[in-house]
Amino acid sequence: MFRRERSIPLRGSAAALCNNLSVLQLPVRNLTHFGVVHGPSAQLLSAAPEGVPLAQRQLQAKEGAGVSPPLITQVHWCVLPFRVLLVLTSHRGIQMYESDGSVMVYWHALDAGDASLVQAVFARGIAASGHFICVGMWSGRVLVFDIPAKGPNIVLSEELAGHQTPITDIATEPAQGQDCVADMVTADDSGLLCVWQSGPEFKLLTRIPGFGVPCPSVQLWQGTIAAGYGNGQVRLYEASTGTLHVQIDAHARAICALDLAPEVGKLLSAAEDTFVHIWQLSRSPEGGYIEVEHCHGECVPDTQVCGARFCDPSGSSFAVTGYDLAEILRFSSVR
Amino acid sequence: MSVRTLPLLFLNLGGEMLYILDQRLRAQNIPGDKARKVLNDIISTMFNRKFMEELFKPQELYSKKALRTVYDRLAHASIMRLNQASMDKLYDLMTMAFKYQVLLCPRPKDVLLVTFNHLDAIKGFIQDSPTILHQVDETFQQLTEIYGGLSAGEFQLIRQTLLIFFQDLHIRVSIFLKDKVQNSNGRFVLPVSGPLPWGTKVPGLVRTFNNKGEEVRKVEFKHGGSYVAAPKEGSFELYGDRVLKLGTNMYSVNRPVETHMSGASENLAAQTQESIAPNPLAKEELNLLARLIGGMEIKKPSGPEPGFRLNLFTTDEEEETSRRTKSWLGSWGSLRSWTSQGGVPARAMICLP
Repeated sequence: MFRRERSIPLRGSAAALCNNLSVLQLPVRNLTHFGVVHGPSAQLLSAAPEGVPLAQRQLQAKEGAGVSPPLITQVHWCVLPFRVLLVLTSHRGIQMYESDGSVMVYWHALDAGDASLVQAVFARGIAASGHFICVGMWSGRVLVFDIPAKGPNIVLSEELAGHQTPITDIATEPAQGQDCVADMVTADDSGLLCVWQSGPEFKLLTRIPGFGVPCPSVQLWQGTIAAGYGNGQVRLYEASTGTLHVQIDAHARAICALDLAPEVGKLLSAAEDTFVHIWQLSRSPEGGYIEVEHCHGECVPDTQVCGARFCDPSGSSFAVTGYDLAEILRFSSVR
Repeated sequence: MSVRTLPLLFLNLGGEMLYILDQRLRAQNIPGDKARKVLNDIISTMFNRKFMEELFKPQELYSKKALRTVYDRLAHASIMRLNQASMDKLYDLMTMAFKYQVLLCPRPKDVLLVTFNHLDAIKGFIQDSPTILHQVDETFQQLTEIYGGLSAGEFQLIRQTLLIFFQDLHIRVSIFLKDKVQNSNGRFVLPVSGPLPWGTKVPGLVRTFNNKGEEVRKVEFKHGGSYVAAPKEGSFELYGDRVLKLGTNMYSVNRPVETHMSGASENLAAQTQESIAPNPLAKEELNLLARLIGGMEIKKPSGPEPGFRLNLFTTDEEEETSRRTKSWLGSWGSLRSWTSQGGVPARAMICLP
């Protein structure tokens, strides 16, 4: 059972994007950072355990040519071995900041060269993989940036080709050992999933085809891919083989966000149907197949949810953003 | 965002405008022939070929101010006149109605069905005019050509673009409040029951498969809603059952059309934000707008047909309240007619004509 905790007010309402909440947990400092996209700006704020807001900052999308101000598509903290960077993707490019958003350390402008007149040009989908940061593009390409331990000498090291439609989300996890080399999965608007092995050169291991609906959000846990789709389904696949193991008719509208509490194997799914569901993932004793059990469902009345994240490693609290809502809603377990 | 959004935005807002005008014309007992002329003139201007050509070009959405200018012109395409307060109210109603429709579309692609609902109703208004009917059918063809083949992902981007356009608009609309589709805080009710989108299964089932793809386990869970599968998919043909009710005319003959003015002050704050910040890109937008409006053939009232004034308020007091709260917003730009020779104002702001 979960109860509503004190909400954190936002300067601007959340935009109707997917994966529109990033959370950086800093248990050592007793702080949680939140990042939400409003539109042409994104808001970062830090809060104490009780949800008391402490500091906030607004970041703007870097200007470029065009009639309207550029819109941000996603904001996400990337935890790397020696540093944490905040990445912001927009219709103009990719901005990387120090984790508190105070200093921009890198700017990559999008090259709209190949785009036809009818294609929207943007970057979307952000994840850290070892000392790399991977960012997806409207073209389906995934840019791999090599991040030094400190300083601004960030280098574009590779451009991955695997998708033909705009990237929606990227998920990574530390490599699981010999048996499981897949440590990154990318998803796109057609529902296609590509499974990769990271390294000085990333290697495409397998592809999991879509079925006519976008896959806006994806997670990776112990060699299992959890993918949320535009028709409300959550599917779990074995990353190394691409085999479908679990299919959940989870939501009544498009899924907008998935999150994982990796220490305990909890999965969170949120959708435009106003519901957030929490699932327990496990491996069956016989066969080692992935199994899923429903733990909890929460309705956020009259709110088209656009982002949701666990706020602590044990998955006992989570935060939610909704379209048009100028606050971050918080829930925590009563047990 | 998506560069395919403007035609959908324009046609649906235009459709809502016609529903409201039609209702007000009847409520004010405007003679049938005059009312028909007004609707015919506006519809024929809306669907003018040159105008449609400009509209359908891939482009980003205009700002709210720029789009409002287009509707100001459109509403005055005939012998009918609306004062500033009535035009403001008309625009508020139009935008909140379409925002509601976009938000409640089960699938992103259903916004096309909403558009077809508006077009079907528009054809009902101009049954006696084969030329205009033909124009509307041509637009229908164009919509099918352009949107018929778009993927679910592209429709999702269109939906997100529209919702970003409507972000932070919370004007309370009396007809929505009465029907309990809008809460008193201005937010729309999102029901957790009813028909599902076409292609979505009833939530509540977890199916597990083995390596061979055989189902080995099936478990139900309580999802919290009360949904039923959609009976059938709406038709995307020129004629057909759209199934979806969103986008059909919600104003019956007897319902008064009101907005609560207390909501207006909230929206005012958002509008003020936009007006105050000088827009360095206004010049480019003005050029686009001039091309779009240039394609509009506005008929000048000719002959002995006298113009008449349409009022969107049911009482003078309501109108006075609205005038007081909005008059200072009007001071940003005086009511003067648009000329293509008019220079860009020194502060590079778009003025409402």
